[in-house]
Amino acid sequence: MSYKTDRARVSGLGSAKDGTHHFWNQRLTSVALIPLTVLFVIPLAYNLGGDHARVVEAYSHPFNALVAVLFLVTGFLHLQQGLQVVIEDYVHGPALRTALIVGNTLFCWLFGLTGVFAVAKIAFGA
Amino acid sequence: MADVNRGNRPLSPHMTVWKFRANDITSILHRITGSALTLGAVLIVWWFLAAAIGPDYFAVADFVITSWIGTLVMIGSLWALWYHTCTGIRHLIWDTGRGYDPELVARSAWIVVGTSLGLTLITLIIAI
Repeated sequence: MSYKTDRARVSGLGSAKDGTHHFWNQRLTSVALIPLTVLFVIPLAYNLGGDHARVVEAYSHPFNALVAVLFLVTGFLHLQQGLQVVIEDYVHGPALRTALIVGNTLFCWLFGLTGVFAVAKIAFGA
Repeated sequence: MADVNRGNRPLSPHMTVWKFRANDITSILHRITGSALTLGAVLIVWWFLAAAIGPDYFAVADFVITSWIGTLVMIGSLWALWYHTCTGIRHLIWDTGRGYDPELVARSAWIVVGTSLGLTLITLIIAI
């Protein structure tokens, strides 16, 4: 049993149920992604369309591999946060809405971690 | 009370009364590009996974990504990524409470569009 008053229990909690936590985390990933996007896109643009040996060589380099891992983790986290806001804004049925938010979270973790695994496998010698 | 006209009263303005301006379009496009980037993100992860698996499977991913439709998706995603980055920075500046002057908002909308197109062009030059 809680000794908090009803007012204290809900203080700071908006309709999203967790205050400004989501908003703030989305700004954090946004800021991190500004330099990461530049560092990730340049070697990707340079190597996309290249043959297998060239791509493996490029992402065997620790700098490219580390940037790719950081971009994939931060990028998919940001995608999850952004798509969740879109779902919360446009999907109104509680069941479908919850299902989509859960599905979105699982989808982003699945693809984000698959990407990290793939880059790590290349970097450590496929 | 008895002669209230229920059918022909003026309505308060709704979405359709507003003229579309650059700042409306840039705001909507921020969401659209962010959501659409899901496709590009999935394709790039698949491309990395294919490279990790081996040359034979990599050839499949490379074929899809360098096909005409794959190229179209990649160039579209590239512009979407730069556009979303530029409007994102604009939103971060707005978060600090700055840049809300109507003329400044209109001008930054065009700066964002121009910068994203310029960055796309520069990246494409690197890619070629």
